Amino acid sequence: MANFRVWRGDASGGEIKDFKVEVNEGEVVLDIVHRLQATQAPDLAVRWNCKAGKCGSCSAEINGRPRLMCMTRMSTLPPDEPVTLTPLRAFPVQRDLVTDVSFNYTKAREIPAFVPPADLKPGEYRMQQEDVNRSQEFRKCIECFLCQDTCHVVRDHEENKPAFAGPRFLMRMAELDMHPLDAAEESGLDRKKSAQEDHGLGMCNITKCCTEVCPEHIKITDNALIPLKERAADRKYDPLVWLGAKIGLRGRG
Amino acid sequence: MTEVESHSYDVVVVGAGGAGLRAAIEAREQGMRTAIICKSLFGKAHTVMAEGGIAASMGNVNSDDNWQTHFRDTMRGGKFLNHWRMAELHALEAPDRVWELETWGALFDRTKDGRISQRNFGGHEYPRLAHVGDRTGLELIRTLQQKVVSLQQEDFKEFGDHEARIRVFQEYTVTRVLKADERVSGVFGYQRESGRFFAMEAPSVILATGGIGKSFKVTSNSWEYTGDGHALALLAGATLMNMEFVQFHPTGMVWPPSVKGILVTESVRGDGGVLRNSDGKRFMFDYIPDVFKEKYAESEAEGDRWYTDQANNRRPPELLPRDEVARAINSEVKAGRGTPHGGVYLDVSTRLPAEEIRRRLPSMHHQFMELADVDITAEPMEVGPTCHYVMGGVEVDPDTASSSVPGLYAVGEVAGGMHGSNRLGGNSLSDLLVFGRRAGLHAALHAASLTERPALDQAQITAAAAEAVAPFEGAEGDEPVENPYTVHQELQRSMNTLVGIIRREGEMREALERLSALRERAERAVVEGHRQFNPGWHLALDLRNMLLVSECIARSALERTESRGGHTREDHPAMDSAWRKVNLICSLAEKPTPEAQITLQHKANPPIRTDLLELFETDELKKYLTADELPSAEVPTPRTTTDAPTGAEQ
Repeated sequence: MANFRVWRGDASGGEIKDFKVEVNEGEVVLDIVHRLQATQAPDLAVRWNCKAGKCGSCSAEINGRPRLMCMTRMSTLPPDEPVTLTPLRAFPVQRDLVTDVSFNYTKAREIPAFVPPADLKPGEYRMQQEDVNRSQEFRKCIECFLCQDTCHVVRDHEENKPAFAGPRFLMRMAELDMHPLDAAEESGLDRKKSAQEDHGLGMCNITKCCTEVCPEHIKITDNALIPLKERAADRKYDPLVWLGAKIGLRGRG
Repeated sequence: MTEVESHSYDVVVVGAGGAGLRAAIEAREQGMRTAIICKSLFGKAHTVMAEGGIAASMGNVNSDDNWQTHFRDTMRGGKFLNHWRMAELHALEAPDRVWELETWGALFDRTKDGRISQRNFGGHEYPRLAHVGDRTGLELIRTLQQKVVSLQQEDFKEFGDHEARIRVFQEYTVTRVLKADERVSGVFGYQRESGRFFAMEAPSVILATGGIGKSFKVTSNSWEYTGDGHALALLAGATLMNMEFVQFHPTGMVWPPSVKGILVTESVRGDGGVLRNSDGKRFMFDYIPDVFKEKYAESEAEGDRWYTDQANNRRPPELLPRDEVARAINSEVKAGRGTPHGGVYLDVSTRLPAEEIRRRLPSMHHQFMELADVDITAEPMEVGPTCHYVMGGVEVDPDTASSSVPGLYAVGEVAGGMHGSNRLGGNSLSDLLVFGRRAGLHAALHAASLTERPALDQAQITAAAAEAVAPFEGAEGDEPVENPYTVHQELQRSMNTLVGIIRREGEMREALERLSALRERAERAVVEGHRQFNPGWHLALDLRNMLLVSECIARSALERTESRGGHTREDHPAMDSAWRKVNLICSLAEKPTPEAQITLQHKANPPIRTDLLELFETDELKKYLTADELPSAEVPTPRTTTDAPTGAEQ
């Protein structure tokens, strides 16, 4: 048996409810939530889908830490202490463990899409594996939004949300910027400049909280955000780049 | 009167997996105002669980591959029950659908010369699966999702409104397809978050709702797979075909209990993994059926050589089609040669270096490490069959994906015909793309062709709303009330044990009796609380769909007295060529009784076009076809070109 303390309520308010519930060998937190639904709280609201860490639906805060409920084994939690489940703190509560994550979908829409190269037809794309490795790492993202939840730029700072895309979508910009065939530059779009000026890259001060909570173990800070900052900085401050751009030696500055 | 949110679109797509998104993209590109309705958040659909890859005969790894070979493999995998025209279109168009994804930003693994890499898979003669490690489904969903977003960005530029021509209604559930004069007029359903009802007027509705696995206890499917589209189609007057064919994927996790059924990708075997019983024996060599004898290795040594020299060796039997492997595992466990937790061993640790395993199978490595404390680079996995996919589905026109109801389309797992009695791995993702595009195109053409749109009927909306709130109203009089979770669990147990991987007449009759009793209990299911994000209520409504679909499966399985692909009858173990000519068609009974909601009919499977039959050796065809179906030697053979044949000839 375990003691589960689960936040129940909606946008108007709520409270922690205590449950005593059976736990079996090998179970994860989501199994316990399902048992609560089937036996004690049939209307307990929770999102989940694949139950295998692949869809990123069952994000919640377990003992205050942003995690996937399907990938948190009961055996990894302190055995004699209650397990506290609360909804993601950075997003408005809808009901119980379900939050309004529309912030993320709004931000996704603001990131300019992949620009296909004009001179290549379908089937003509050629890329080397080592050139796609980095963008592929970022495409492992399952959009659980744990990084968006934990990032201190927005976690307790609602006022920063309009100007800041969050780690997931800054990483998306890095992914497109590192795509070997993305033709953004040819189309007049500077992704580095856009990350810096339109999506708040400068607000990130690389504390790596996002990397720590990533269930896919993507090195968001080291491999996406820092390189993107460096590339943006090159463009912005490197006098040679600036001069090159001015006299037309390289692409737009 | 009940408050109902109302919308109007040209094309409504129900489901946002690979099929639904590909269909929606096409409908929007045809200029239609398009709505996508999905039960989960956008981007979470079950397609993300697809691991191995997308089958398409691009010939990047072995240039001998072509669409004819892919067609042949697909027909063999489905034991020739497939609708030949669907298998043909699928093989022809799959490469274009994959290449198109690259122009939308997909990043597949590469060959040395920079093209899309392709991997081996069960039943495919050549390395054919475009892939991204073992997370191909995620790449597919993300690419399509991002393509939808890019279309929305175009609309924002043009109209100042992202949702001018394509909008995603996420966490909405459809409970009824609405009709006017036998034509589709729209859909009705509820918002999961608020519980509010909505009605959407639309002349074209595409069902892309996936499968039915949640009717079984051990399944790789998520909660969404409650057979919604199958049931919606039946209730709207369309027909389902060949529902007895349910694929049990041979390799699901068996331990710990909470993850039982979760998929272990076939890529493990495609990349060299082998199956062993508790005696350490590679037992698959004992289970090569006669129809496949010439194509599979006879010894371990030959099978092992095949990985590096496919021209001079035959493939190992671990790569037989899924139905064969699942039955073999089932037999080994029954014979007492299983693992401690009732599976068999799947071992890649002794076959590839640890680093290579981590590179090729990263999510399997992660999944076993995190969920089972098993390091697959150092020890074998324990695996066993899990309910994975339904080959049966809505009966559709092969070219247009249209059901028998004008304006109603079905695509992906919810559609029938394409995969015959058993689907090959990798043919699902390509199916979604090929027929997703076709469904979107023809649904758009249908919507555009109408001079007058069918109107929504208020009486149907009122009835649908009453049906949806019924679980809050409780049982009549002093009848006992039921917990929807309990009814669901009993349904899953019944289907798993009585209509599972090996079937017997008596058990299926018992299943039908139980289904009848469960339906009566489901009507007395009562839910607590209110309509705002209430999972108990959602499940109570889903029970209608699962019970209808389960009856179709049990009734069809009882009727088909042969064994073929995903339908194995212990009392009729042989494949029967006469049955190959029969499709079993389910429709809603005109006068439903407590025992039977479904009527079952036999319908002829259309004969395979001659030039496609000639792609096979006559000796092979003899294993599947009746004597009168075989191409006669006297008739001169027509074309064998690689051109796309136009239209059906028979």
